[in-house]
Amino acid sequence: MTRIVLGPFNRVEGDLEVSLDVEAGQVAAARINSPLFRGFEQLLVGRVPEDALTIVPRICGICSVSQSAAAAAALAELAGVAPPPNGILAQHLVMATENLADHLTHFYLFFMPDFARAEYAGRAWHGDIAARFTAIKGSAASPALQARARFFNLTGFLAGRWPHTLALQPGGSTKAMTPAERIRILALLREFRGFLETVLLGDTLEAFSALASEDALSAWAAGRRADFPLFLQAATDLALEKTGRATDRFLSYGAYGLFAQGLWQPNTIPQGDFLRGAVDRLNTAKITEDTRHAWLADSAPRPPAQGETIVDADKADAYTWCKAPRYGGQVVETGALARQVVAGNRLARDLVERHGASVTARVVARTIELAAVVPAMENWVRAIVPGELFCTPAKMPESGESVGLVEAARGSLGHWLSVKRGRIERYQIIAPTTWNFSPRDSTGQPGPLEQALVGVPAGEGAPPTVQHVVRSFDPCMVCTVH
Amino acid sequence: MRVLWLQSGGCGGCTQSLLCSEPRPLFDELRDAGIEFVWHPALSLASGADVLRVLEDCAEGWLAFDVLCVEGAMLLGPNGSGKFHLMAGSGRPLSEWVARLARRARWVFAIGSCTAYGGLSANTPGNPLEARGLQYDTNTPGGLLGADFRSASGLPVVNLAGCPTHPGWVVDTLEKLALEGLAVSYLDELGRPLFYADQLVHHGCARNEYYEFKASAKKHSDLGCLMENLGCKGTQAHADCNQRPWNGAGSCLRGGYACIACTEPGFESPGHAFQETPKLAGIPIGLPTDMPKAWFVALAALSKSATPKRVRENSEADHTVVRPAVKKAGK
Repeated sequence: MTRIVLGPFNRVEGDLEVSLDVEAGQVAAARINSPLFRGFEQLLVGRVPEDALTIVPRICGICSVSQSAAAAAALAELAGVAPPPNGILAQHLVMATENLADHLTHFYLFFMPDFARAEYAGRAWHGDIAARFTAIKGSAASPALQARARFFNLTGFLAGRWPHTLALQPGGSTKAMTPAERIRILALLREFRGFLETVLLGDTLEAFSALASEDALSAWAAGRRADFPLFLQAATDLALEKTGRATDRFLSYGAYGLFAQGLWQPNTIPQGDFLRGAVDRLNTAKITEDTRHAWLADSAPRPPAQGETIVDADKADAYTWCKAPRYGGQVVETGALARQVVAGNRLARDLVERHGASVTARVVARTIELAAVVPAMENWVRAIVPGELFCTPAKMPESGESVGLVEAARGSLGHWLSVKRGRIERYQIIAPTTWNFSPRDSTGQPGPLEQALVGVPAGEGAPPTVQHVVRSFDPCMVCTVH
Repeated sequence: MRVLWLQSGGCGGCTQSLLCSEPRPLFDELRDAGIEFVWHPALSLASGADVLRVLEDCAEGWLAFDVLCVEGAMLLGPNGSGKFHLMAGSGRPLSEWVARLARRARWVFAIGSCTAYGGLSANTPGNPLEARGLQYDTNTPGGLLGADFRSASGLPVVNLAGCPTHPGWVVDTLEKLALEGLAVSYLDELGRPLFYADQLVHHGCARNEYYEFKASAKKHSDLGCLMENLGCKGTQAHADCNQRPWNGAGSCLRGGYACIACTEPGFESPGHAFQETPKLAGIPIGLPTDMPKAWFVALAALSKSATPKRVRENSEADHTVVRPAVKKAGK
């Protein structure tokens, strides 16, 4: 057995190190190290509660708005306020802008360049992919950046800027949309839709959203000239629909009132070749965090409302700054695939029922969201009534506890807040990649990526499959180690 | 011009912001100005051992590069070990890589306020992460590289402060360098390029009429001036945010929330709630820095008494409730 250490594992948000034990050309065990510690959970203690709205976006430069939204939700619960209808729609729009832009960034800048690697020269699709997706220089890079920058102009109208807006408030939004902005926003959405339909998909969003099975997806992609079908061609050739399976337990807190929350898990008794499962009601009381293999003081697994983050940098057997969140003691995966499986999207479910989670399924799920959420955004903008309220005043109590749960692009994000005598007494965060890239827990269960890498080819002369598996989760390391 | 980019104790948001560069896509903009990345953690293909080789070659002077861009605070803790960020694959503190590479760079850029001044930890009592800026500890010269550090070009660290930094601040500074280099006279006292730091956020603020009449917002989403009640520091913060729009047509003020002076050292711990203006006897403490206080108070009282009904009523609404009068025909 040989141990390989891969790092810096780039084209992810933040720093990442992957250690692989390799036997006979395959990964026998993987350990994921989040090597950067951020310390926000300590830095927030002692601040006035509303300061979290300024501080938490700065946990993450790519999921900044999601962090804002989680803090705003926690503070709203603490203050007992709810945003007016316009405020809710404005929050949805800002959240969706970030989430969809992140999906686009992931596909074009982080994920696809690995298929342009020289190791794949000779594959039928390699020439097309190398021309299109070579890092920085491929022909897709600039059009994708342009589409992304233009799409982010939505935040110029809706939230002042991105990243790090202070527009999202417990009571709604500081920015009331003017009638003129409403028209411009719809025009920007049409522009983004145009990019997705002509460049990414080669079809309408609605036609893509209607695909309900792996077979339908394959038939749709055959011979279609666009970026996403090109990915599917490579992915099918490399059998990535059978690569990168983790636990097949999927967590989602639900998003936009559009995607339901819950935990999807397989039935205990298998039925035939297909993986059948069901959605359980979300029960946040089942969430705990385990610090056994993190450079943090040991304790029994704690619910986040009682969580602690105490540095112990020299701890034996620790190999990461990331805690290990578990749901009812089990390892769960979160992200776009989880969100769509829990929400009952037929294509996402079919992919998982046939093969379990995979590189392909995770990437397809992001595209499902691009196609489904842009039309929803168009409807939200139409539903906004200029002149009616966008923000309800919120008065924080002197003491109390609350939770803010949202779905970031990368999955379930929770903020657990406790306030005493007008100051933050405890602030615990579980970010999506904390779930997905968690280390082993006290019972020795590896985290989702650690499981997904087992059996993948690695070592001298191996194809770059590990690169695809790791990036299929679209990790955000700076959030992981908040 | 070859740019090497590293990230450490920050959120990566300055890179995400940079990718929003407009009107041309960032890669086209830089390529045509003769600027290329030796390596960028979020953008380059190279991973793992290939990258470590490039960094080692740059640090040893075997591979030439021009600009070292560092994004994120230098985390020297715990207990000076640097273990809060050992660069993946290398087992060495990222701050050590930065110190080695800075000696070889012609120019060193601190991308964002936490790189420049140390960030949230450096502005929290006890500095739990032992965070430092590249050449400052909050507003005191020093930092990782020391007050006397000069890169091969003879310049101190160029501080592209902002949280995040504006894409235009980075792109324009790189293009200025590529065009004709950069002199110390081009930087302000805190190492920030003057082309954006010789302005105030207040300049060009869309709420200026409300400011003139001291017609203040009372609650979030109100259209009025945010200085008197909601914590706005636009009259003190050095940046051109209201002249150089963010994300097309935005700015913090246009987004309806206060300027928190994110280009200034120490903005992370202002000593009051971010969204509240501290006051003494009803008068905001943080008045414009270069205006006699008595004059400000006198003028404010005068302009408040002269506030038009339109401005007063709109300042406490989230949309225009009283339109500017239209001149009647024949008058």
